[in-house]
Amino acid sequence: MTREEIVEKVNSLLSEEFEVEQDAFEPEANVKETLSLDSLSLVDLVAIIQQTYKIKIPVADLRQIQTFNNLYDYIESHLPA
Amino acid sequence: MERKVVITGMGIWSCLGTTLDEVRDSLYSGKSGIIFSQERKDAGFRSPLCACIPHPDLKPFIPRNQRQFMPEEAQYAYMATRAALESARLDADYIAGHEVGIIYGNDSVAEATMHALDKFRDFKDTAACGSGAIFQSMNSTVTMNLACLFKLRGINLTASAACASGSQSIGLGALLIRNGLQDCVVCGGAQEANMYSVAAFDGIQSFSVREDEPAKASRPFDRDRDGLVPGGGAATVILESYEHAVRRGAPILAEVVSWGFSSNGDHISTPNVAGPARSLELCLQNGGVDPRDIGYINAHATSTRIGDSREAEAIAQVFGGYRVPVTSTKSQTGHEMWMAGASEIIYSMLMMKNNFIAGNINFENPDEDSAKINVLPETKEAHFDMFLSNSFGFGGTNSTLIVRNL
Repeated sequence: MTREEIVEKVNSLLSEEFEVEQDAFEPEANVKETLSLDSLSLVDLVAIIQQTYKIKIPVADLRQIQTFNNLYDYIESHLPA
Repeated sequence: MERKVVITGMGIWSCLGTTLDEVRDSLYSGKSGIIFSQERKDAGFRSPLCACIPHPDLKPFIPRNQRQFMPEEAQYAYMATRAALESARLDADYIAGHEVGIIYGNDSVAEATMHALDKFRDFKDTAACGSGAIFQSMNSTVTMNLACLFKLRGINLTASAACASGSQSIGLGALLIRNGLQDCVVCGGAQEANMYSVAAFDGIQSFSVREDEPAKASRPFDRDRDGLVPGGGAATVILESYEHAVRRGAPILAEVVSWGFSSNGDHISTPNVAGPARSLELCLQNGGVDPRDIGYINAHATSTRIGDSREAEAIAQVFGGYRVPVTSTKSQTGHEMWMAGASEIIYSMLMMKNNFIAGNINFENPDEDSAKINVLPETKEAHFDMFLSNSFGFGGTNSTLIVRNL
């Protein structure tokens, strides 16, 4: 899976799940702010990544994910072989 | 001193309509809300019949993060409550300055629970359930959601009493107001209408299998009935003390005169006559009401052989020689279960306010027991100022309400 494919898929999933237009998904924009995630809805981000890519994001790793680029990087580096 | 309890607003989301006018017209014309469901047939249901309830779109009203907490039944209840508050002229500013409570009937969260646990088992991770699952899969989901969305700060309670849940919630709300513990309480009942909520109910062979004639399947009191048809939706009434309603200039529609209740203390699913009869008697007694002042009975009758017969016997026993008009609106709606006790108050209110009694559709031939009471098969123009509504449920829980026109 290429980086472009990940970006396209993730943006489409997040836009649908959190009802935010994809135009707002700048690579360096803050994920939580852009998607209006609070401590509860953050769980939905974890769930959707897990259900789509079979990648479990531990709480400690969530702190690393600030921007959309961080999220794409995380998925790219944890994709099952 | 006991206070007078009045109804000042109503809202409903049902198979007969989603506005009071639409529901009134459906009741009057004898419309059936029952359909054949291919989804249920394909899934392995013995009975593929159900009520057809439109899905509300909450996007214009509630942000995504809050909608995540709402299963189907809470969505229906939101729409019904929104309409009821509006009809009672209770706006957000008034609610912010006054203590308004909520007591709502609900007794299952099957689909939400199933989806959450399916995800947990599939992914072997609790986070896979998502953020809304815990709030969607608690029995009090309706009251917890509505109390937050409408910023209600009074009593916050779910009544779970099987098919008497909606009626018991109104009885409890009225009791708190009567005793001066609350001035205003949002009351009602909600019922999820997805097939998972009634799969186990279908399994005990309680549903009608008249699948070639869906509109004729729900036939309470009729000799040829063969079981109930499951329905759903939500219904909300706004209860207030009379003084409170007058003080804020609310539309005063009717008085909740009294509540009667009982438990059969008998079989879990087979009703008896003594329990329902005691509920009726207690309600009449609590309100100091002469049976001859009741102009209409909205029966619980669900279209099951034994249930309808036992209720007919109880009514005949309590009302003696007085042939009070009786119908079951479940002939049109199917059995709205946790919602029924509240929706049937609204159906009866619409009849009382519009001078008619909706006919018990599909009542073609009485049996030995239903011949003892006066079941009206067709809609009749009639003026009445007081009605009685019965709701009975599994475990032998019985609830009766009497409402007077104002």
